Amino acid sequence: MERDDLIEYSLPQDGKAGLHSEDEGISIRKKIYKVTILLTLVTVIEVVLGAVIKQDASIWPFIKWTFLVLTILKAGYIVMVFMHLGDERKWLRYVILVPYFIFILYLIFIALWEATAIKSVLTYFS
Amino acid sequence: MAGHTAALDSKTLWGGEISPFSTSYGKLMMWFFLVSDALSFGGLLISYGFTRHDCLEAWPIGEETFNSMPFLGHGYPLLYVALMTFILIISSVTMVLAVEAGHRMDRKGVTNWMIATIIGGFFFVGSQGWEWYHFIHGSEFGKIELADGSVAIVKGHFGEIKNFTVTKPGNHHKEGDVIKEDLMHTFQHAAAAGHINNGIITLHDGSKASITKEKDHELTLIVKKSGKVNKASKAKRKITGVKAEKLYYEALYSGEANRVIYGANLKQNEYGPQQYAQFFFFITGFHGFHVFSGVIINIIICLGVVAGTYHKRGHYEMVEKTGLYWHFVDLVWVFVFTFFYLI
Repeated sequence: MERDDLIEYSLPQDGKAGLHSEDEGISIRKKIYKVTILLTLVTVIEVVLGAVIKQDASIWPFIKWTFLVLTILKAGYIVMVFMHLGDERKWLRYVILVPYFIFILYLIFIALWEATAIKSVLTYFS
Repeated sequence: MAGHTAALDSKTLWGGEISPFSTSYGKLMMWFFLVSDALSFGGLLISYGFTRHDCLEAWPIGEETFNSMPFLGHGYPLLYVALMTFILIISSVTMVLAVEAGHRMDRKGVTNWMIATIIGGFFFVGSQGWEWYHFIHGSEFGKIELADGSVAIVKGHFGEIKNFTVTKPGNHHKEGDVIKEDLMHTFQHAAAAGHINNGIITLHDGSKASITKEKDHELTLIVKKSGKVNKASKAKRKITGVKAEKLYYEALYSGEANRVIYGANLKQNEYGPQQYAQFFFFITGFHGFHVFSGVIINIIICLGVVAGTYHKRGHYEMVEKTGLYWHFVDLVWVFVFTFFYLI
């Protein structure tokens, strides 16, 4: 039986099989460390905001949206840098990311809309 | 078996002479798996949002629910989960460094970074175990139904129980016996079953005992469900000082069953609505299961690296593929962290 996992399918045209040199490695590692510091900082900011600002504070809605933006930022860096999606072909990026922008956003919208309706019914009859 | 690799090059495999998206079959399939897995998690988190949005009861607040640290006790909001998040991010970094070392065919580098990743993964799974234990075990005060029918969670430092002194003998204990073992457990069981009346506890054998207990500190009631007197409105929900102490112990020592709930299970929990604990167990459990399987896969791949399997193959693509899965686990945690703990 053939073991197709043994075959290198992703040979780039120059035949280097996705390898890179020591010098390239240094700059790649530098980028990784930068992203590490950024992700850590974002987490620290999130925890400080969450611990200091109470949910009944008047600026809470603003903080909530800040959390969402920071979460998307973190997720973006993990996917684009750590998972190397940023280095893939443009259309592979679209194939992977576009479903979320369509389905998840739609699902969030429809679920929250529906939940609001259900809550108003429950409140009315309780 | 060996020798196949040379015969099958990219030209014979793909009619277009390169693989789709210039990515290998394995990596592409891993991406497709991750897309579907991410949709599962998306569905779970959206249903969580749905339930939270239409819930009539007040939903628990992360910083009030999760404020314990190992060895330090209570009063450290979100610190522990921040540490868990940090551990997972760092293990993601060591994984991407392993992939980078693989691109340089640095076998020793790959081995070391993968071992670091596995250790980080075990730390995270262990932390989640502690978190679950604490969540199930609950606080020392529990959630209490006050005399007017309102329901409140309780914060503060529980004064230590010193002993029970038997005042009325039962089947086992004699009058004047001083009990010093298993106090907290007995106390909580009796309180939940309504076996404490006016500060007198009825023990398992039917004997009655008085409770010697140190004073609580900074006892605060946070009303979650309005009753006749105490309201869960933003301005009034916190009750402190002597009044809080009086209301709490009046309810705890009322002799009525089910006035207090300690910890969490699938039927009830001290933090909020029933669905809250169910979602907590399912979503963090499903994520924890992903982390655990990720660690196992990492160990298997690491053994392959040590054995030199991938080095002989000429590339470390297996490390890249398992790396994709590991980063995905980190990615999901970023969202779980936001929706369960922050918002």
